[in-house]
Amino acid sequence: MTLVRQEIHEMKAKNWDWQIGTRVLADLAKVRSSYARVDELDVSPDGELIAAPVKLEEGSFTACINEERWPDSYEICWFVRFTPAGKLIALVRIDDEWTVAVDGVPWEERFEYVWNPRFSADGSSVAVASKRDNLYGITINGKPWGTTFQGMRDFCISPDGTRSAATVQVAPLAEADVPAFFAGVWSVAVDGKAWNNRFVNAWNPVFSSDGQKVAVEIRTDICDYAIAVDGDPWPSRYGGVWAPICHPVDGGVIAPARLDGAWVLMKDGNQMWDGRYNQLWLQQCSRDGKRVAAVVSPVFGKWTVAVDDVPWRRVFGDMVQQPVFSPDGKHVAAVVKENNRWTIALDGEPVAADFDMIWDPVFSPCGSHVVARAERGGKYLVLYDGRTGRTAYDRLWEPVFSSDGRQVMLRYVRDDKYCRQVVSLNDLLK
Amino acid sequence: MKETPESKVVDPGIDETSRRLTPEKIQRVVKHVLNKETASRLQVYLDTCVRCGLCAEACHTYLSRDKDPNFSPVGKVKATLWELVKRDGKVDGEFVRNMARIAFTECSVCRRCSMYCPFGIDIAYLLLTVRRICSLLGVVPLYLQDTTNSHAATQNQMWVQQDEWIDTLQWQEEESQFEIPSCRIPLEKEGADVMYSVIAPEPKILAQLLGNMAQIFAVAGENWTMPATDGWDNSNMAMYSGDFEIMGRVERLHWETAARLRVKKIVMGECGHAFRGAVYDGPRWLGWQFPPIPMVHAIEYYYDLLSSGRIKVREKYKEHVTIQDPCNTVRGRGLGDKLRYVVNALCENFTDVTPKQEHNYCCAAGGGVINCGPPWKRSRMVSNRVKAEQLAATGADIVITPCHNCHSGIEDIIGHYDLGMHVKFISEIMVEVMEVPEHLKG
Repeated sequence: MTLVRQEIHEMKAKNWDWQIGTRVLADLAKVRSSYARVDELDVSPDGELIAAPVKLEEGSFTACINEERWPDSYEICWFVRFTPAGKLIALVRIDDEWTVAVDGVPWEERFEYVWNPRFSADGSSVAVASKRDNLYGITINGKPWGTTFQGMRDFCISPDGTRSAATVQVAPLAEADVPAFFAGVWSVAVDGKAWNNRFVNAWNPVFSSDGQKVAVEIRTDICDYAIAVDGDPWPSRYGGVWAPICHPVDGGVIAPARLDGAWVLMKDGNQMWDGRYNQLWLQQCSRDGKRVAAVVSPVFGKWTVAVDDVPWRRVFGDMVQQPVFSPDGKHVAAVVKENNRWTIALDGEPVAADFDMIWDPVFSPCGSHVVARAERGGKYLVLYDGRTGRTAYDRLWEPVFSSDGRQVMLRYVRDDKYCRQVVSLNDLLK
Repeated sequence: MKETPESKVVDPGIDETSRRLTPEKIQRVVKHVLNKETASRLQVYLDTCVRCGLCAEACHTYLSRDKDPNFSPVGKVKATLWELVKRDGKVDGEFVRNMARIAFTECSVCRRCSMYCPFGIDIAYLLLTVRRICSLLGVVPLYLQDTTNSHAATQNQMWVQQDEWIDTLQWQEEESQFEIPSCRIPLEKEGADVMYSVIAPEPKILAQLLGNMAQIFAVAGENWTMPATDGWDNSNMAMYSGDFEIMGRVERLHWETAARLRVKKIVMGECGHAFRGAVYDGPRWLGWQFPPIPMVHAIEYYYDLLSSGRIKVREKYKEHVTIQDPCNTVRGRGLGDKLRYVVNALCENFTDVTPKQEHNYCCAAGGGVINCGPPWKRSRMVSNRVKAEQLAATGADIVITPCHNCHSGIEDIIGHYDLGMHVKFISEIMVEVMEVPEHLKG
């Protein structure tokens, strides 16, 4: 969940049902008995709906929501997911052509293939990678780019969902044509228009929060890397770079770069942090942009989070995942792994309990509480401020705070029933 | 000058690129690698070697080429790295071309020689250092560089497009349902226990292997998934071309894809070099001492399935089989006993190879050698006569090769030396002989 998405989510959450209590919304045993096959489940942001692709008969699929199904059926229906706006989308095949169905209504446009759906922060836009006549592009809300390309890999959409950018192959490349490859056949297309500059490679484009700027990792020679912004590379070359982000307030581009064998954090081509790390990636800004955190390896084989260039004292051997700021920017939490056990570390200290798996921490709106869903022994549990709930669920989705932070919504499956429960924060672990 | 299979090879990747080099550029790159990248490890190895030559008898190239010392491990290091050090990097383009030929096509970095070195010097590391220098100079066999370019552009080894990947999985899901109606290839299933990862030849040219695994997972009752995004390919030829930056990029995406899907482990298909890249070289270049998420090779996974009874054998495979011990999983990881357990569990008539396990000869295709492409095939064949002799001595009809490079390499050897044998992956035999429970028969 991006920073912007979090804000929108908090806004939307005000209109949801926050009455304390539990509602059973779907009998999954009944659903399973109604169809030849029920695939992966997803739940709506407000918790009111649960959906899955279902098989009706050989070569006939649709989506099932709670205990109802979409009226139309498709040759294939998969990747059934709720958007942040609560609409249900699916990738569907009709008469051997692919498109996106939104709330059961397929886009009019058809393609050889569509994949990798992305949603705008407010859920109003659905974008997919699309292929037609063996050429590639992006399609947003059913409208494809006017220009298509011979190849395309990474893509992103602007936070408001009106713009899209992708790394694209802009020139033909014959088999094993190594000189042509190093002359550069890759670039970035924004809304279907390619930059003039070509690169050996381009990866991981990202929009600024106002959607006006695109930054991307580039490679300009065998071992020369940089960041390009709106087509123009930073002046220096580095031994490596990782994915950039854009500062949420000033729009500056922040990216890790490898300089003389060590990783440093750069902003707009200048060294932002003094620290030189064995590794550095997954940098994040606080919502107000005043603080930056990143995953760093201060010494070989050890990982932690650095906040404003100050690494946590506690390090972890296996893995540290992307840091998450509290809404007020005062706290940072991250999923950490040590000795093949997963847990959450908050401001440098791991909680005592550990798990077979854990998901990203979720801060309360005031930033003083953290919840997460975790898995142990095949059952799902709630982790709240370092304490583990006693209730075990068969499935559990990300817990959701109410806007005032006094309640938490749990979306879970127990005894083959999908339930939506609103519980007071004080009673979360009871 | 004596004509050898490689003396007339034309490879623009090393011929033309080496001609364009200047002495200044060569020396700058050599000094950078020797002074900034390799540090004490290389120096210790160079200082420790006493030139005893005991490594020679370990090398399939040396043995297959009538014990010509030029093809011994120490001979290859002498002709490349020692000269670079001795001359302080002051060599010309022709030297670099020869150096590339030796490092990329006459050494499969299989590490058999390290076991014969009295000091345990990792001679393969020395040749990989030579490859690193060649890579930074842009002197890499054309087909190997093209494979690395594919990794860089597509994050997979064979230019597989994103839609082709997903489409192939959906096709193979349907194919597998002809055998087991409830078979699935669950895509993007967050929270599954296992992410299954493969190398790009599977979706590109050996798609039936994906369908086979869907059947095996179904019978095993595994909770598994595959990504519908880049990050599914666990192979890494950039590791062997010397482009460590691209190697790291590929491996990072692989691990982060597993982390994004919240799986507890990765089970990988039957490939050896991919295991090395994902478990050793890749993580360490990135800063991980060990893989961030447990990675289980197919051999070990099959062993677990068979020894625990999750997969039962209906009727053993009757053909006379032998095996190829893949260097990176048997010598590198010690899976030789488990491989034999699996083969004995599945097959009725197994004859082991001699030498075997960690002493087995390399297939001569690994280490990126087969990826150097058709120009070097004859050289590769001549370099592994001992493998042909070893396989022929078993009298087997089938060679089980739990590694893609071994599979292709042994297939070439069988053809070149007219051995009249066939190669198979373990999974191909497993789907043939495993017991499918009644409730899955549909």
